[in-house]
Amino acid sequence: MNKRFEQHVDGRSDLFIPFVVAGDPTEEATIKLALMLQEEGANAIELGIPYSDPLADGPVIQRASIRALEHGMSLEKAMNIVPKMRERGLEIPIIVFTYYNLLLQLGEERFFALVRENDIDGLLVPDLPFEESEEWRKSCKMNGIALISLVAPTTSDKRLTEIANEATGFLYCVSSLGVTGTRTDFHSSVFEFVDRVKAQSPIPVAVGFGISAPEQVAKLKEYCDGVIVGSAIVRQIEAQVDGLTNEETQVEAINQIRSYIRDLISPYEKLKINT
Amino acid sequence: MSTMVPDQRGRFGKYGGKYVPETAMYALEELENSLNEAMADEQFLANYHDELKKYSGRPTPITHAENLSKRLGGAQIYLKREDLNHTGAHKLNNAIGQALLAVRMGKEKIVAETGAGQHGVAAATVAARFGLECKVFMGEEDIRRQELNVFRMKLLGAEVVPVSSGSKTLKDATNEAIRYWVANVEDTFYLIGSVVGPHPYPKMVRDFQRVIGDESREQMEDLPNKVIACVGGGSNAMGMFYPFLQDDVQLVGVEAAGKGIHTGEHAATLSEGRLGVIHGSITYLLQNETGQIQEPHSISAGLDYPGIGPEHAYLSETGRVTYTGITDMEALEALKVLSKEEGIIPAIESAHALSEAIKQAPDMGVDETILVCLSGRGDKDVHTIMEHLGGEVDE
Repeated sequence: MNKRFEQHVDGRSDLFIPFVVAGDPTEEATIKLALMLQEEGANAIELGIPYSDPLADGPVIQRASIRALEHGMSLEKAMNIVPKMRERGLEIPIIVFTYYNLLLQLGEERFFALVRENDIDGLLVPDLPFEESEEWRKSCKMNGIALISLVAPTTSDKRLTEIANEATGFLYCVSSLGVTGTRTDFHSSVFEFVDRVKAQSPIPVAVGFGISAPEQVAKLKEYCDGVIVGSAIVRQIEAQVDGLTNEETQVEAINQIRSYIRDLISPYEKLKINT
Repeated sequence: MSTMVPDQRGRFGKYGGKYVPETAMYALEELENSLNEAMADEQFLANYHDELKKYSGRPTPITHAENLSKRLGGAQIYLKREDLNHTGAHKLNNAIGQALLAVRMGKEKIVAETGAGQHGVAAATVAARFGLECKVFMGEEDIRRQELNVFRMKLLGAEVVPVSSGSKTLKDATNEAIRYWVANVEDTFYLIGSVVGPHPYPKMVRDFQRVIGDESREQMEDLPNKVIACVGGGSNAMGMFYPFLQDDVQLVGVEAAGKGIHTGEHAATLSEGRLGVIHGSITYLLQNETGQIQEPHSISAGLDYPGIGPEHAYLSETGRVTYTGITDMEALEALKVLSKEEGIIPAIESAHALSEAIKQAPDMGVDETILVCLSGRGDKDVHTIMEHLGGEVDE
């Protein structure tokens, strides 16, 4: 199993896994954001690869993808950012979050060569369901990286067992049936669902889709091992696009986002542990 | 040549499959189970055929284009008149089938995507007929270009939802319809318009469109030498070709070559695209080097799709169907010729197939036959045609 996952994810129950789009709004901003997220207690980072047709994503991440694509970001370029993050002190696992078409065009061989060169720790392909993923599961295992699996409230018990048995890294519970994006409240059945997943999963269970408030984090804390936060952070980044793009205002912009993150995950009391 | 595709996993050879988020898997499983039950239910099939007959006006006739054939001096051209189907195109065959399935599944709402609005109109039509609520997702850019069809859909009681994401056209409307469906699967049925999307959609749409080819086989005295149909996503072509796959008949699919393949402005997915994933299916699609999906171009909105149905990709690979391209100008020319020679204004989409027939007929014998799928009527295109011809119709 991957060394960084062992160190930062395995066996923990206060996982904070943020998502950012690579190159939104610039490569330098992505590096700085990743470092800030680590400082605030992130256990792993999902590095989103911008795509023209992100079927699982809501408007916030769609807009971020367009911003990143305007600067010519690609799967290969995004993977090449990771060593720069490492040089500047990033220790937590990096999970490449990419739609399947981008992966297909890059090719399996090239992808894993880049994984090795750039020290990538995990892969998440939102449109590669369990039934189509056998080959990729094998090669991820061979290359020592986690292939993150998703389960949804509508996933049958039979599939849940199959998926949980093969899952690596952490198991991603989708909180609701729509696309990514912030929601004010969860359906009450979400908690039963998360219980059902917890009972089946040998690895940590994290919940994602729609998490944007500390109250949600506090509630979920009772049921699962962590939260994945995407759109809520990307929305903060969107609000700071100008600040993040300008070198003089970058620190201030990062700190604005930092204070949002600090508040959001305050129920985990990460900073007390870290300092 | 086996017709036992797709397999259990929805694969036509290496094409097809289900490349969708986990959240959509349940919806697809539910659909697949219900579809299999329905297709094995004689009462369901009887209802479907009854609606085709009494509501849509099927069977559509086959017309011998005598003047055109004489003028070309080669093969006899026959036209399968899908333009005479209710709402003016083949689209309704599939919409009726899927709407009946939605009712059978107890869904109260349907969603659909539309580009030019033809499938949107078909969806709105069956929603009215079967008492379903209907939302049609349509790119903002297309809404602007297709005012009349937007109004038609509203008149039929549908809600047209503008899509502002991505390039604001058909592919984005499809993304949005899938997103909405997945979030609302409890009471909503997604009525897809072509032989595209994740399994079981390509198979289902083919099976609801095969009536075109089934009727044609019965109506033609002898098997035709060639069958030609236009291909965007490819539903009229798939419906036409499927019943002929086992026969000694040449099958030709015609893609939109737009302003010419070399200009880069076309929708010639099979000749210029690469293997990839679009709307949940592995097939050929137009994309840049890194895999971002590109906007196609065609004068006909119905062929203006960056992907192609996975079964077409398969039939191209096996060589059973030959695929070619016809440009905007060639299609317009064919449209003018058919209008004058036979008194039939075809849809610009169908004119692509016709143009290919006009090219091939002179090299064939007068006792040979070409069957063209005239997939729709040209009324919807009159505005576009006028723009391109500058309002002048010359020889």
